[in-house]
Amino acid sequence: MTSDILKDAKKLQTSFIPSGNFKESFKEKEHDKNISIQIHERSVEDEITERTFQDVSLCYQCGKCSAGCPVRYYMDIAPNKVVRLIQLGYYEEALNSDTPWLCAGCLACSVRCPKEFDLARFMDAVREIALEKGVEIKQVNILKFHNAFLDQIKNHGRSYEAGLVADYKMKTLDLFQDVDSAPGMFLKGKLILLPHNIKNRKEIKRIFKKTSGKN
Amino acid sequence: MKIGVFVCHCGENISSTVDCLRVADLCKSYSGVEYSVDYKYMCSDPGQKLIKEAIHKYDLDAIVVGSCSPHMHERTFRNAAVSAGINPFMVEIANLREHCSWVHDEIEASTRKAIELMRMAIEKVKRDKPLTKINVPVTKRVLVIGGGIAGIQAALDTANAGYEVVLVEKEPSIGGHMSQLSETFPTLDCSQCILTPRMVEVHQHPRIKLMTYSEVERVEGFIGNFKVTIRKKARHINEENCSGCGLCITKCPIKKKAYNSFEEDLAFRPAVYVPFPQAIPNIPVIDETVCTYYKTGKCGMCLKVCDREAIDFGQKDTIHVADVGAIIVATGYKLYNIEKKSEDSIYKGYGEYGYGKYRDILDGLQFERIASASGPTSGEIKRPSDGRVPKKLAFIQCVGSRDDSKGISYCSKICCMYTAKQAMLYRHKVHDGEAYIFYMDIRAGGKMYEEFVRRAIEEDKVKYIRGRVSRIYEENGKYIVKGEDTIAGMPVEIDADMVVLATAMIPQDDAGSLARKIGIPYDKYGFFNEAHPKLRPVESTTAGIFLAGACQSPKDIPESVSMASAAASKAIILFANDTLEREPVVAKVNEDICAGCFYCMKVCPFGAVEVKDVKDMNGIVYKEVAYINQGVCQGCGTCTATCLSKSIELAGFNNEEIFAEIAAL
Repeated sequence: MTSDILKDAKKLQTSFIPSGNFKESFKEKEHDKNISIQIHERSVEDEITERTFQDVSLCYQCGKCSAGCPVRYYMDIAPNKVVRLIQLGYYEEALNSDTPWLCAGCLACSVRCPKEFDLARFMDAVREIALEKGVEIKQVNILKFHNAFLDQIKNHGRSYEAGLVADYKMKTLDLFQDVDSAPGMFLKGKLILLPHNIKNRKEIKRIFKKTSGKN
Repeated sequence: MKIGVFVCHCGENISSTVDCLRVADLCKSYSGVEYSVDYKYMCSDPGQKLIKEAIHKYDLDAIVVGSCSPHMHERTFRNAAVSAGINPFMVEIANLREHCSWVHDEIEASTRKAIELMRMAIEKVKRDKPLTKINVPVTKRVLVIGGGIAGIQAALDTANAGYEVVLVEKEPSIGGHMSQLSETFPTLDCSQCILTPRMVEVHQHPRIKLMTYSEVERVEGFIGNFKVTIRKKARHINEENCSGCGLCITKCPIKKKAYNSFEEDLAFRPAVYVPFPQAIPNIPVIDETVCTYYKTGKCGMCLKVCDREAIDFGQKDTIHVADVGAIIVATGYKLYNIEKKSEDSIYKGYGEYGYGKYRDILDGLQFERIASASGPTSGEIKRPSDGRVPKKLAFIQCVGSRDDSKGISYCSKICCMYTAKQAMLYRHKVHDGEAYIFYMDIRAGGKMYEEFVRRAIEEDKVKYIRGRVSRIYEENGKYIVKGEDTIAGMPVEIDADMVVLATAMIPQDDAGSLARKIGIPYDKYGFFNEAHPKLRPVESTTAGIFLAGACQSPKDIPESVSMASAAASKAIILFANDTLEREPVVAKVNEDICAGCFYCMKVCPFGAVEVKDVKDMNGIVYKEVAYINQGVCQGCGTCTATCLSKSIELAGFNNEEIFAEIAAL
């Protein structure tokens, strides 16, 4: 992990860079929603470093990640720019972007990065922090999909596609999205109607309880 | 013995934490100390004068100076002592600055430590013996390894200064990578036109002995006295008989079995060949691996057509020995390739660019050959796969370079410039073609370099896109280059007809093994290390071995040439005297008690230990002992510490002196 000196230096660095009245706006939100938060002496950059075990300053902005990203065309800002915003201390802009949410985690960027910076892991951390800080998520359906998927794991101990579809549709209330592909998937055995549960589902539930801090 | 003690304040560097006056006063009380004084700047002119006057006035035999590190001013004080008539090795330095005042802040304790340090030095100086410098003769001949532009320049400069040169080149011709280039930045003058006159000059120079198709096998000896063993590989052509008519080459029936490495594998060559028409020497080589004669014993077409009886199928490698005084290493570079690498390689290939399976994805040198008037396409830009003229060309910089994931962290330095040049050449030759350059940064530091890049953009309308390319794949005969313009923040996709990769410069494959043969250090990539990055950039850490060109780090032509001239001048400086003066701090074996175990030989990092026969009165050898060559010994003391019978002593640091120092503590 980063040494104390590095942290001090970073604090110093970020304090010079305008990041708007971000902290204030955060505090209100945190207060309103009553989310348990850690003490925010650390910057978002430190937070990311701790979660991903890699220093954001590694990135030298070559843009190879964005060049090879399969969902780049749907993003509002390029993946490398999200890293840039974090490097410069524009946390609000970075966390508000929908780029981390559109990231499919295919790892093309991580594999090809010349600096061996794991961008997919970075995006995971950004998503987590955005959730914890209560930032308004623009790509709500993607968040719902993530939650629906996690619910399957929690309940069955493994992925259960039919349940996932049902759960996602209940969450989004968009019942007819992609229905035309269902028969094909069903015929190919991609949509099995009954779930295959793993043996020790209690353990999985315990893991969820311990890591999420709720139910 | 009368000893003088001089304590320096070093401005406030020492005196701020050491009470120099007290140190000097106390030293007076030690036995043998005749005179003791402190002064603000002992290294200054008045300070040195103080020392000299004291030596004369008190008739001193030895002096101790309490000052900065001996690295800094030992030489200064020794010179002062010499000018006052004392042997320079009767001067001892107590390091009161780096070892005491700089690292402590309490005055009382550091003063006590300073006194201890002074007492140690006084005890040592009492036992010091006057030493005289060793003179070794100098062989005034230079070995230049590598016949590229750096080696050629170094050889010419040394030869023109009046010294003999042996130039060893492993390829059949000198010229190196520069002979492959089409035009050179930033002036766009033809590379061959400026290089070939130099090559001819080397060939015709009366003091240069040119050994092409040869490799250095072994280097023994030391500065001024190297003995070099060179293997001259069999050309299977008698060099004296051959007139270079080239008839054997045109008649050779083997046309398409071997790739032409000079053309970067873009063309074939016969089994008997010269690398390129302007080759020096213009004598062919028979490639045993493809020649039919060596496989079946038949053919012999070249033998039949040669009317000068120059073909010699039975020729063997020959070994030559040269005595030289200095070595200039100029082995140059090669280009990293994007092919898949083996597990143990420090490099990794570019799977995302196709691992080199696409024929129209070239590297920089291949494009140079295609753009060269003497190249396989006679200077017309054509695709190697189908010979069509590419209408859209993508250049990609930093391929391999600055890419930690592929194993190369450094910048190859020349790619920004040659990519701009190549794009310019393409636009000059294909007027309706589009050139795109993907770059990360443009590093155009050099005279007229930035202007050159701007010219490519402003006059030749080359499109620069800032961003690394993520992937290249083939689709309908086009190469889809997927990039991102990080300035515009927009994805970019180009359907190029041809792609040129500016791949990294890496050392030659055998750089490491050559470095071990001649005894010079190299970095993790295989680039040779200079003695000091700023103040001794052309010297290796081994005395008498100098570096020139891209074997030390990536370099362009002007830099290689200036480094070569600098290396040549270093060799010439070495030759200015008939003998070399060396520090007498060398190890010496007491032959009476040496047991002949030769552990010292194993540990000596400089190969200074030899076997010496000890003979009786009748000349019969009765034992073997170790002998240390004083010219090679660097005085490191490793053998002294290793010797089991305590029969090796290092002059200036013998056991008596060291033990007296310790006992004084």
